[in-house]
Amino acid sequence: MANICRASRKDFRDAVVEAREAQDGWAGRSAFNRGQILYRMGEMLESRRQAFVDVLVGTAGYSADEAVAEVDVAVDRLVYYAGWTDKFAQVFGAVNPVASSHFDFSVPEPSGVVAAFCPETAPLLGLVSCMAPVIATGNTVILVVENDAPTLALDLAEVLDTSDLPGGVVNILTGYREELREHVGGHRDVDAILSVGASTEERTILEREGAESVTRMEFRPDRSPAEWRSGESQSPYWMTPFVEFKTTWHPVGR
Amino acid sequence: MQQRPRTADYRPPQVPSVDEVAAKERASRLASRSIKQEAKVEGLLRLITMLDLTTLEGADTPGKVTSLCQKARTPDPDRDYPSVGAVCVYPPMVPVAREHVAGTDINVASVASYFPSGQAALDERVEEVERVRDAGADEIDVVINRNAFLSGEYGRVHREVSALAEASGDAHLKVILETGELATYDAVRLASRIAMDAGADFIKTSTGKVKPAATMPVTLVMLEAIRDFYRETGRKVGMKPAGGIRKAKPALRYLVLVKETLGDDWLTPERFRIGASSLLNDLLIQLEKERTGRYHSKRYLSLG
Repeated sequence: MANICRASRKDFRDAVVEAREAQDGWAGRSAFNRGQILYRMGEMLESRRQAFVDVLVGTAGYSADEAVAEVDVAVDRLVYYAGWTDKFAQVFGAVNPVASSHFDFSVPEPSGVVAAFCPETAPLLGLVSCMAPVIATGNTVILVVENDAPTLALDLAEVLDTSDLPGGVVNILTGYREELREHVGGHRDVDAILSVGASTEERTILEREGAESVTRMEFRPDRSPAEWRSGESQSPYWMTPFVEFKTTWHPVGR
Repeated sequence: MQQRPRTADYRPPQVPSVDEVAAKERASRLASRSIKQEAKVEGLLRLITMLDLTTLEGADTPGKVTSLCQKARTPDPDRDYPSVGAVCVYPPMVPVAREHVAGTDINVASVASYFPSGQAALDERVEEVERVRDAGADEIDVVINRNAFLSGEYGRVHREVSALAEASGDAHLKVILETGELATYDAVRLASRIAMDAGADFIKTSTGKVKPAATMPVTLVMLEAIRDFYRETGRKVGMKPAGGIRKAKPALRYLVLVKETLGDDWLTPERFRIGASSLLNDLLIQLEKERTGRYHSKRYLSLG
């Protein structure tokens, strides 16, 4: 049906270069503008709703009802995180009570470049659920996709391309995570890793390789398509693992 | 000191015309050559010694030049890598650079002759070269008069470069052709020859202020001019591509180009240099990758 790229460690290396280059500019945009772009992604996805439904039915073996549900929730989820972009800092930032004459506050800043191993189930929604919370706060992301319907990831790339998303913010690699995980874990320019559905072995490798550069790790179990659709699978706490809190002590008073 | 031919009435030499398609094809073919691990490490280390670590900004300060010199001496404080070939700065920064590379093999290079435009009277340009020489520069990078060259006044170009060569004294003279402004490969070839005739120790592609700067085909054309000049006169002129070379991979390709066109005699810092400001960190990143097997990040390196 299609020949799908099998990403090598060098493709991953190149993707990190792109993601790193794009990160400053993406994080430098106003939170509101990032929200606008995420919202636009939702709109573009919705405008191609039927095409995605057809692929989910034809390639991933979904029933028509399930396919419609997955696409609709994917659109909603993009809108959900679009809304969070300019509220996240208020909710999770803080003014801290301190026992000296300082105005002391903590604000979240993006971790930087995030590599994400996407779920095997829910080829569209799983991807969106991994991508949106990571980029909403100003990170750039490299999505590693290994599932039965990888063409969906490439279709999603077309949606992103028409959403005013700057180049390099989302990088999609289709390939075998088993071949890539060691290099992803060991790459010193990757700030954080999200791995959905990691085997014990994969977890061990990522943690071992990432230890040297103290890469942040977030592991989550894979879920069924129905679970991915549920409200349990979206939360601002999907954003918090990929930010660093910066605390500032500002002298005040006499 | 090699002899510098001087003639009162210089006649522009006949140079072979350049097949543009063939030059591009040959450059791209040599660029596709695969360089494997051991050769790559050797090449990367050699590239460090061939580097003219450059800062040519209006915003240069003594502090910036000092840290550049520090980086030139010890590219990576944690590793035992060689120092670079030279630091390249604007004339007022020569004494600063001189002080901070004292006691090392690193040369101080300075641009002169109203870099980057060269738009000034000859005696002003000569005077600047003399001043830079007296300030202690080991190498002086001058620009040719493109205005004269493009107007077909080849004799004048030759006369001016000869005067600059004489003014440079014992310092090595690198002549910048600014190939981005010369329009054709034939012109590059002719300008190369004129510069070498006039006594250039090195010919250099670009100032870095004009785009396109150094490209593979233009470098190939200049290397071939050097080769033919050597066959004719027995004098070995050096080559310096500069401008826009920021990554280790293209830099390694330049080494292939030199090796295939001129041979091992030119694969030394005495005859081949690369002018760059940000290349060094990428060389260090690639060396670290070969050492540890992990992709490295420039966040672990000093600025520069």
